[in-house]
Amino acid sequence: MTSETETLRNPQASAAIDELSTYKWGFATDIEQDFAPKGLNEDTVRFISAKKNEPEWMLEWRLKAYRIWLTLPTPEWAKLKIPPIDYQDAYYFAAPKAKPTLASLDELDPEIRRTYEKLGIPIEEQKVLAGVEGARRVAVDAVFDSVSVATTFREELKRAGVIFLSISEAMREYPDLVRKHLGSVVPVRDNYFACLNAAVFSDGTFVYVPKGVRCPMELSTYFRINAENTGQFERTLIIAEEGAYVSYLEGCTAPMRDENQLHAAVVELIAETDAEIKYSTVQNWYPGDKDGKGGIYNFVTKRALCRGARSKVSWTQVETGSAITWKYPSCVLAGEDSVGEFYSVAVTNNYQQADTGTKMIHLGKGTTSTIISKGISAGRSDNSYRGLVRIGPSAEGARNFTQCDSLLIGDKSGAHTIPYIEVKNPSAIIEHEATTSKISEDQKFYAMSRGLNSEDAVALIVNGFCKEVLQQLPMEFAVEAQKLLGISLEGSVG
Amino acid sequence: MLVIENLHANVGDKPILKGLSLIVNAGEVHAIMGPNGAGKSTLAHVLAGREGYTVTQGTATFDGKDLLDLEPHERAAAGLFLGFQYPVEIPGVSNLLFLRTALNAQRRLRGEPEISGADFMKKVRTESAVLGLDMEMLKRGVNVGFSGGEKKRNEAFQLGMLEPKLALLDETDSGLDIDALRIVSEGINRFRSPERAVLLITHYQRLLDHVRPDYVHVLADGRIVETGGPDLALRLEAQGYEGIAA
Repeated sequence: MTSETETLRNPQASAAIDELSTYKWGFATDIEQDFAPKGLNEDTVRFISAKKNEPEWMLEWRLKAYRIWLTLPTPEWAKLKIPPIDYQDAYYFAAPKAKPTLASLDELDPEIRRTYEKLGIPIEEQKVLAGVEGARRVAVDAVFDSVSVATTFREELKRAGVIFLSISEAMREYPDLVRKHLGSVVPVRDNYFACLNAAVFSDGTFVYVPKGVRCPMELSTYFRINAENTGQFERTLIIAEEGAYVSYLEGCTAPMRDENQLHAAVVELIAETDAEIKYSTVQNWYPGDKDGKGGIYNFVTKRALCRGARSKVSWTQVETGSAITWKYPSCVLAGEDSVGEFYSVAVTNNYQQADTGTKMIHLGKGTTSTIISKGISAGRSDNSYRGLVRIGPSAEGARNFTQCDSLLIGDKSGAHTIPYIEVKNPSAIIEHEATTSKISEDQKFYAMSRGLNSEDAVALIVNGFCKEVLQQLPMEFAVEAQKLLGISLEGSVG
Repeated sequence: MLVIENLHANVGDKPILKGLSLIVNAGEVHAIMGPNGAGKSTLAHVLAGREGYTVTQGTATFDGKDLLDLEPHERAAAGLFLGFQYPVEIPGVSNLLFLRTALNAQRRLRGEPEISGADFMKKVRTESAVLGLDMEMLKRGVNVGFSGGEKKRNEAFQLGMLEPKLALLDETDSGLDIDALRIVSEGINRFRSPERAVLLITHYQRLLDHVRPDYVHVLADGRIVETGGPDLALRLEAQGYEGIAA
């Protein structure tokens, strides 16, 4: 990481500006334009809201967020070195432009191509990811008809009564649902980045699973085929009504070409009585180069409210990308006997920094939570687990089990475990286990003497270390995540 | 198959091997015996390519290839197997996954197709039965929770599964009770064939009662000081290394 201020980049907006600067009207805030002018002020917020045809209440909500944001301090408690960010030197809205298209995969950066191949991504899917000209058409012509598959999925979901839309669409089609729940788990003033997101979020996902419905598919399946470009300020809201079940996977193991440097997403989950939400993330944003230049800042607020009795939320995350990760997917366990789970693998290499963990807030009687965190640090990276387990006075008989394991590769990386435990009810039972180990030369040599090369040997050992977390992922992603761990650690072992 | 000429090797700055020469042909079983600190394990590690050992002089070729020029995994793919004196634990990686990954990695390096799941499991059942390893053990992490004897049986199992040309067995008999010794020996004897060779590194004669060597070498102070038939091992047992190496 460099110490100078880095300008936030948004090539789509830059390109649009280059294009527009030849026009005589210059940079006036004109609704016909497809980008907002540089900088952040109330006009920017109004522009975004107008561009998205939002109802008045939504604009008010955003403006309120913006005004609060101006008063909030940036969080400085994490063990991260974050270069100063100039929020006025950035663009906050640009209508998605077509990605630069390549004539064929041969034009793709060989490094990215190699990674695709190592991940075992089918050629046709590689073309879609890389933005090769006519890729979608090609995919349609290929054995698997992606468009019709996506349509089939939509119809199947519709039949089940599951609402699955972009949050902008949902705001127009189901305004009452969105208005009722948006910001109810992560309030506007929750923290600096969540507040910024509330003011300027571009788009995101809305999922509503009605009472008693088991979502008929992993919502990941859909994304695998329809790898849409995700925004810089994403907003996700998932609601599972009584007895409902949904499994949602975000992200992609394939390295995404995204030049937006700051990502500040907000995810809110609500689980009613007997409902279950499984939320899995594979995050592989650009981590910066070997010398720590560039890379994404991933400042995410994710929180679930287990409102109903016996409701359950599982967070599973595999974090390998981003230059800086600041992320604590949490559960507020309000309903009696509700269950929160957090399974995490965080890998840092070169100059990456991660400060990640969870918060389990036990409010209801008999609530239980499980935290399994695996941190792997290589290169000169720093990897911190930071977790809070809070047992409120009314959480009679609450239980928590926490296990934090750190694995060090090389002798220049750092691993830190920072647990916060607050217990206000004497009947609670809390267990915390933590280990730190190194990949031993013995293990590596043993695997190599059986035929594995140095990198595969390390990948195998690391995958063994992460097994308890990886097995929580949906099957097809578990396999890719395993390969991804190996790739993320390439070059980390001498 | 294996030709070692005038091999000198250091651990750190300390010379351990001091001009060791040895020829092992296909079909032969050689035993290398010697007192503690003579360089037996160093020889095994140098041949398998472990880091931290520096060859300062001499050569070692395997099927005509310069062995010392290969990475450890390339040596494995070329057909060299090291049975560890202290097998290593790898938590979270099942024995079966480990072996299949290793076997396929070797096959890829040799330009052979990967083994199918069915063929692999068939082989697993045959080999594990001989060594008395049950499926539950093989599904556990590599060597995790194995007793000393189970670890050695697992080494013999890997030997049977990977089918190398040359088995280099470092103190495979240490820590084994009589029954385990017999089982492991049977694994080694099953491995013997006119196309393959075995180099047994051992402290004691008792393994040689079960696996009869063609040649016995005495290693002392980094060099082979005497070579003979199986009777040499018996003489060693009777007279001790002092008498022979002097």
